[in-house]
Amino acid sequence: MLKLLKNLIKEPMFVIGIFLFLTTVLAGLLGPSFYIAQPRSEFGYEAPLAPRGIEVDLSKNTLIHWVVHRGDTLYAKETIKRDSLGNMLNSTTPATYWIGTDNLGQDYMALLLRGLQNSLYVGFLAGIIATTIGTLVGLFAGFKGGIIDDILNMFTNLFIVIPSFVVLVLVSTSFPQGRSLTLIAILIGFTTWPWTARSVRAQAASLRGRDHISLARINGASNLQIIFKHILPYLASYVFMVFIMQVASGILSESAISMIGLGPLGEGATSLGVILNTAKNQSAITDGLWWGIFPAAIVITVIVFALYLLNNSMEGVFNPRLRK
Amino acid sequence: MPSNIIFSAKDISKFFGHGKKRVCAVNEVSFDIADGEIVSIVGGSGCGKSVLAKIMLGLYSPDSGSFLYKGKPITNTRNHWNEVQSVFQDPFGCFNQFFSIRSQLKDAFGILKEKPSKQNIERRVDEALLAVNVKPLDIEGKYPFELSGGQMQRMLLARIFALKPKVLIADEPTSMVDACVRANILDYLMKLKEELGMTIIFVTHDIGLAYYVSDRIFIMHEARIVEAGKPEDVTQNPQSPHTVRLLEDIPDINREWIKK
Amino acid sequence: MAQILEVKDLSLHYLTRFGQKIHAVTDVSFTMKQGEILGVAGESGCGKSTLVNGLMGLFIPPLYPTSGDVLVNGESLMNRSPKDIRENVLSQKVSMIPQGAFNALNPTRKIKDIAADVIAAHSGNKNINKQQVYARLRERFDLFGMETEHILNSYPIQLTAGERQRSVIGISTLLNPKVVIADEPTSALDVTTQKIVIKMIFDLLEKNIFSTMIFITHELPLLRHVAHNIGIMYAGEFVEYGTTIQVVHDPRHPYTRALMGAMLSADSEQKNRKPTTIEGAPPSLAKKIEGCRFAERCPSARPECRQKTQNLRTVGERLVRCDYAE
Repeated sequence: MLKLLKNLIKEPMFVIGIFLFLTTVLAGLLGPSFYIAQPRSEFGYEAPLAPRGIEVDLSKNTLIHWVVHRGDTLYAKETIKRDSLGNMLNSTTPATYWIGTDNLGQDYMALLLRGLQNSLYVGFLAGIIATTIGTLVGLFAGFKGGIIDDILNMFTNLFIVIPSFVVLVLVSTSFPQGRSLTLIAILIGFTTWPWTARSVRAQAASLRGRDHISLARINGASNLQIIFKHILPYLASYVFMVFIMQVASGILSESAISMIGLGPLGEGATSLGVILNTAKNQSAITDGLWWGIFPAAIVITVIVFALYLLNNSMEGVFNPRLRK
Repeated sequence: MPSNIIFSAKDISKFFGHGKKRVCAVNEVSFDIADGEIVSIVGGSGCGKSVLAKIMLGLYSPDSGSFLYKGKPITNTRNHWNEVQSVFQDPFGCFNQFFSIRSQLKDAFGILKEKPSKQNIERRVDEALLAVNVKPLDIEGKYPFELSGGQMQRMLLARIFALKPKVLIADEPTSMVDACVRANILDYLMKLKEELGMTIIFVTHDIGLAYYVSDRIFIMHEARIVEAGKPEDVTQNPQSPHTVRLLEDIPDINREWIKK
Repeated sequence: MAQILEVKDLSLHYLTRFGQKIHAVTDVSFTMKQGEILGVAGESGCGKSTLVNGLMGLFIPPLYPTSGDVLVNGESLMNRSPKDIRENVLSQKVSMIPQGAFNALNPTRKIKDIAADVIAAHSGNKNINKQQVYARLRERFDLFGMETEHILNSYPIQLTAGERQRSVIGISTLLNPKVVIADEPTSALDVTTQKIVIKMIFDLLEKNIFSTMIFITHELPLLRHVAHNIGIMYAGEFVEYGTTIQVVHDPRHPYTRALMGAMLSADSEQKNRKPTTIEGAPPSLAKKIEGCRFAERCPSARPECRQKTQNLRTVGERLVRCDYAE
């Protein structure tokens, strides 16, 4: 195990991948709890780090609070009246937002961190579900062969020919009242497992004829023992790599169905896809409000890219023959 | 039937595939093998010798004919493997690379009906390792990929020394190792026969090796046994042209082999 | 007559992922004349296959040259890029026949297409006429006395092991290489197929398709019938080098003697002779080895063998790396 890690650390691809991955995961895990969100702004789509200030109009006994809005040079001004005692009647605190605000004036940073957390949750849950089902189906089909293989194979192919995205859309629309993140993750997991099953089946079938399986048999090992002790370890690194890809595709699938408005729905059910969807609905793209789109898009790209890098770099190192 | 007959085959055949692609791997083969014999099955690749070995091991069952082990057909493979064990061709492919060699040698006891106690297993593994000239300490904590091919083939034999089966089916145990290791393995086969009285079925394509260890030799060609007899008779006075060919094809240093 | 192949003090090493050097081949020197067949024998892990890569000048990490030179017709193969070697040396000057024919052939292409690729890759002309190439292939494959059409139009998996190996030999020698290196070409075959394959090699030699060959194997009796000269390798070094008759019938190095003693045959006089076995394993090549490399396993080792480095010296008209051999 240590040797494996040592080897991995020598791969520049792995180092970059793991750095990006850990950064995003830590941001997603800890971000929402540690980041103190700025209070809501009066303005939707306030630009990132928008300059702001306070002017005093002595003649009218008012404070004027201004901020650059929507990235253009126009100042949005707001007059704040004071009562007889001099207290401000409108108590909006002037704040600066790292990456601006969304259409409702909420701090985008807080939203992005929350969205990242939820997207990771969906991705990992979907990945775990797809990998578990796919690996079990693939192992049994590949090892047993014959009729069990045929039946499981038919089942797998059935799932493959049904376009999983269409299923996702159809099932999503049948929950118009509310769709939790978990529901979305389960849906994704249950539609993407056939790919894992297929590749695991091929690998397991190639191992079935190996001498060490015959030897295990004449050692008196049971089928389950053979599958989990003599086949699964040989595929473990492979399954792990498939899992990484499933997580990446889970995150992408989630943002895809959220983008068309069928993603998580309800209280706190924000995600990177939902952020993009909102921005799209508010025509942030056409209005040139890049901060509505880019941060979420970049985070998705970075995390998927990191997972691909990890997958790629592990392939070379996990090869058991190179492990001497 | 005399009681000392271990294997008795009568007109057994084995086919693979269906329809046009149907291939006959073993064609109406009959033989008896007695207790304590070393019988070599010799033939070129694809002659059906490995399939025959797998039938004896109970991994395949013949499609026709009767095949008896100690007068009974093989129905329960676990019971069969309790007494009939095997050494395979590729020593590296035979071990699971994720577990230590010692633990895999101990796993082998899983097939025995009367499982020895833990201490007994440890002792028998140690004895088996010593029987193949390996110090138990030398492989302590080692994994299959840390040993050479010759050492691994000895581990397979150590497994047999530990289990002490009645019958050993050795399927080309020498074809993937060097000449010096080969002589070693043959020595151990002889030792198994002499010390434990084991019946040994030795499958090989090299009639020279068969001649050296066997009590009887079966020559196989195209799914049939074309000649069977004592090694001296088969090699000195071969009756079948296939036997003659097998003999001629061995490069011997003292005989002309190919006319240049 | 000029030397076709000169190997001067060739040493090669592997660099492991942990930066450790494994000295797989140490100071191998020999020369070959046109028409010579040199046999190289030794047990697995002795450096035979590493030597093959070195002789082709093909250094792909983790294999690196340590020192020495390889000259084909006076042209050095050292310090050249793998691309240069592939384009200008392989198949034309030096060609290799690998052990596992199955791995050497692309399973998704027919034999004729695999062969055509070799011709196209070395003709420098990518728009080569396929029909012309096929005609040339047919002509060449007809020489082998095989079912040419069947073999050329088959995928590797449809052929028997013998047919595959013969196809590989046919393809490797298509461009009439100056030197052919056969790396255990028959080890995976049964005795009958082995003989057919060797016969084919002899046919090619007779028809002057190629004339100089290095034949690598662990079967000494096979070399007796194939090679003119034999080099015995142990732990990366040549320990004995002489003519076939000298090495096989009158071995002088204790290791060669042990190898010959381990051979078995169907000869009736041999039945009562117990084959000798060599206990132990070759030394690890990761460290510098003091003294004779075979000392640990040598039946006639003396205490001083473990300290004193042995050099090749002439004993009975051949070279032997043992101070005490007679």
